[in-house]
Amino acid sequence: MTERLVIIGNGMAPGRMLEHLLEQAPGRYSVTIFNAEPRVNYDRIMLSPVLSGEKAYEEIIIHGDGWYIANNITLYKGHKIVAIDRAAKTVTSDHGVAEPYDKLVIATGSVPFIIPVPGHNLPGVLTYRDLDDVQAMMLAAQSRAKAVVIGGGLLGLEAAAGLNAQGMDVTVLHVMPTLMERQLDPAAGYLLQRAVEQRGIKVITKANTQAITGNGKVEQVELADGTVIPATLVVMAVGIRPNAALAKEAGIAVNRGIVVDAGMRSNDPDIYALGECAEVNGMVYGLVAPLYEMARVAASQLAGDETAAFVHSDTPTKLKVTGIELFSLGDFADGDDRQEIVLRDASAGVYKRLVLKDDRIIGTVLYGETADGAWFNDLKKKQTDISQMRDTLIFGQSYQGGAPLDPMAAVAALPDDAEICGCNGVCKGKITGAITAKGLTSLDDVRAHTKASASCGSCTGLVEKLMVLTLGDTYNPAAVQPMCGCTTLGHDEVRRLIKAKRLKTIPAVMQELEWKTSCGCAKCRPALNYYLVCDWPDDYADDYQSRFINERVHANIQKDGTYSVVPRMWGGVTNAAELRAIADVVDKFEIPMVKVTGGQRIDMLGIRKEDLPAVWADLGQAGFVSGHAYAKGLRTVKTCVGSDWCRFGTQDSTGLGIRIEKFMWGSWTPAKVKMAVSGCPRNCAEATCKDVGVICVDSGYEIHFAGAAGLDIKGTEVLGLVKTEDEALEHIVALTQMYREQGRYLERIYKWAKRIGIPEIKRQIMDDGEKRKAYYDRFVFSQKFAQVDPWSERVSGKDKHEFRPMASVGFAQAAE
Amino acid sequence: MNWIAIGSLSDIPRRGARCVATPQGKVAVFRTQDDQVYAIDDHCPHKGGPLSQGIVHGAAVTCPLHNWVISLETGKALGADEGAVRTIPVKVEGERLFLALEALASCAA
Repeated sequence: MTERLVIIGNGMAPGRMLEHLLEQAPGRYSVTIFNAEPRVNYDRIMLSPVLSGEKAYEEIIIHGDGWYIANNITLYKGHKIVAIDRAAKTVTSDHGVAEPYDKLVIATGSVPFIIPVPGHNLPGVLTYRDLDDVQAMMLAAQSRAKAVVIGGGLLGLEAAAGLNAQGMDVTVLHVMPTLMERQLDPAAGYLLQRAVEQRGIKVITKANTQAITGNGKVEQVELADGTVIPATLVVMAVGIRPNAALAKEAGIAVNRGIVVDAGMRSNDPDIYALGECAEVNGMVYGLVAPLYEMARVAASQLAGDETAAFVHSDTPTKLKVTGIELFSLGDFADGDDRQEIVLRDASAGVYKRLVLKDDRIIGTVLYGETADGAWFNDLKKKQTDISQMRDTLIFGQSYQGGAPLDPMAAVAALPDDAEICGCNGVCKGKITGAITAKGLTSLDDVRAHTKASASCGSCTGLVEKLMVLTLGDTYNPAAVQPMCGCTTLGHDEVRRLIKAKRLKTIPAVMQELEWKTSCGCAKCRPALNYYLVCDWPDDYADDYQSRFINERVHANIQKDGTYSVVPRMWGGVTNAAELRAIADVVDKFEIPMVKVTGGQRIDMLGIRKEDLPAVWADLGQAGFVSGHAYAKGLRTVKTCVGSDWCRFGTQDSTGLGIRIEKFMWGSWTPAKVKMAVSGCPRNCAEATCKDVGVICVDSGYEIHFAGAAGLDIKGTEVLGLVKTEDEALEHIVALTQMYREQGRYLERIYKWAKRIGIPEIKRQIMDDGEKRKAYYDRFVFSQKFAQVDPWSERVSGKDKHEFRPMASVGFAQAAE
Repeated sequence: MNWIAIGSLSDIPRRGARCVATPQGKVAVFRTQDDQVYAIDDHCPHKGGPLSQGIVHGAAVTCPLHNWVISLETGKALGADEGAVRTIPVKVEGERLFLALEALASCAA
């Protein structure tokens, strides 16, 4: 009979333990997990990137719901265990579920330490522990108001950087004289403080918080020296302590944490503890590497290997703030028996310090340039005698033994047992071995099989280099397809980083995201220009030199270098005066071809570039504006005659089409957007193969989207039915804005929808009224800057240089 | 060498181009991000697309018709494509720009 294993807590440590256990003893236990948080197992180390907007929650999930189902594990979400009955061998949750166990694992983690100053329980005071905290902070950050972070350690600084990225005015209070004093020496702490301040975050050290005050909610923080700092949000990130209360009540031995032996077993032989709540050999841990080591030991013990034992090792610390490179390891206090090697390069912001004892590294602090962290860690771990390379040691591995190595050679030179992934304790040999033995070809595969780079991700570069070394040219590092050859980042990452880092010009994007070319290429520049136009409608100055020629001159280039011009005919409706004006223009400029388009417009082809402004001037006289037939933007709304004329028409489809077109013209989108409104299900406007279509019915308006009738042919999906014209407009606008914000450049709606998922789009646009309204409002705001007729602008002289030659030369000479 | 004045640097936008009309067809004059100036025939070796209308990046331009990338320094197609377009010497004196007249005339012969 299978034994019953019950786990209290669903954090990273028990999650990892289960992975090992399922591998070593599949089917031995029937597993039940109680998670006080209402969700699955996610990567807590990545909460900071979620807070700063660089990652989404979905991206940091370790085990999705499917994993629990596939492995036959019962997960109680949002169930907090309130009692353990060791005599009856049962646990009871706050919802009253009682579960018997044969073996019990306690993994209740830690609780944030709250400084017991007056006002610590006011609304607006948060801690930084789980996703709920992050979501609360992101909500508070929408006010763009002032925040105070108490605590200048790892967690506090990551919280401060995240809130700063979300647009808050942040002050960090730290009680010690320098930041992160437990991991950094004062010099590195100072450099870090400077870098943090350069991001616009204020830092006050030696700050003794005396009280948090406010009327019913947080309004200010008062320091012992009398300083008063206004704040609407206070985040306490001063430390954690093991959450051992439950175990203590059950009579299990508890010191600082739950006392366990090297096999992770408490003084009750059927109860194990691991993670931040466990105390082993008098130590408690908060970094992921030792917690994963505990998970490995506990799994082996549960699988029957009683020799498995936890061994302490130092873990390097890294700060996960984009743009700040920091690495610290071991012991770096001064001492008579210790020597140090220091390298400072103030202008480059680099500081490196090695602490030596008996010719061996015992501590390392790297700031600004951390590539050699893995190598120093390896030397320290193996207690390598460094006396032979002492002169050049500080310069790193590349400078040992003659000529500098390139980074690839440096990785190649690492021994097989060198640690690559600190979080998961994965060495080089294990990675290269797995790549060869299992035929792994992608980073995701390597993560799945070895766990390397699967936690904080800071060793991803090293792992990729190992893949290149092992696989040679067959390795394509692009698990994510990069935007173009100028970057390794994909469209989604670039879009997210533009938002997260508030990048507002193309040069800023290229600088901050480390573009490999000086000014991009014809692929990335138009894409970046669109992303910036979309994300910062009021701040960004459109870069015409980064637009394709059609959008630069507001006409369509033809194969012979002439242009075609399509004036806007709202909803496809025209009249005698407009047609007469078009006829006159055709005669006057000897336009060789006039054609009716598929989108119910009139196209004039073969116009010389020099004539464009004059053509537009004449068309403008008749009331025409640009039809944007050249734009990655709203092109046309095709309509049928609807209830005004048609005996089958159910609604005023022509009127709605014109209304949509007048509301949405001028907006830029990732790719062209064509719409249609049909007045009845006979669908004469062919709305069911458009990017967005409306089919009018007696009871209202059926909104369709994600159709295609070009390279691909695809019928639309139904978004939903709404009752009024106003609602139809609001839903269509919100849908378009969602696409504008998420679509990759040149990705049509149907491809975007396939990627995001139709149900998700329906959920956000049809079911979530608040979201829909927010999308709608952002579109309306952006239209304030977009609805300018580009033709009349150019008739008035804008971009004159585009339309005439710079000079005419040589004609006289040629005539001679 | 005889030089003929065609205008000034500020006539051309950075990462952009202007045309100079000649009896033998248009010459495209480019200005890069770092203010280097190049002149080549405004005629892509592929299908004759107007290179002056392309997107300028580094010292290269991408043809607007079929995305061939042409080096402004050598006139040669970059990447997998093969073909070349004529380059014309340019002189920059302060703000003023000149094209080599002989090069223009030689084409007529």
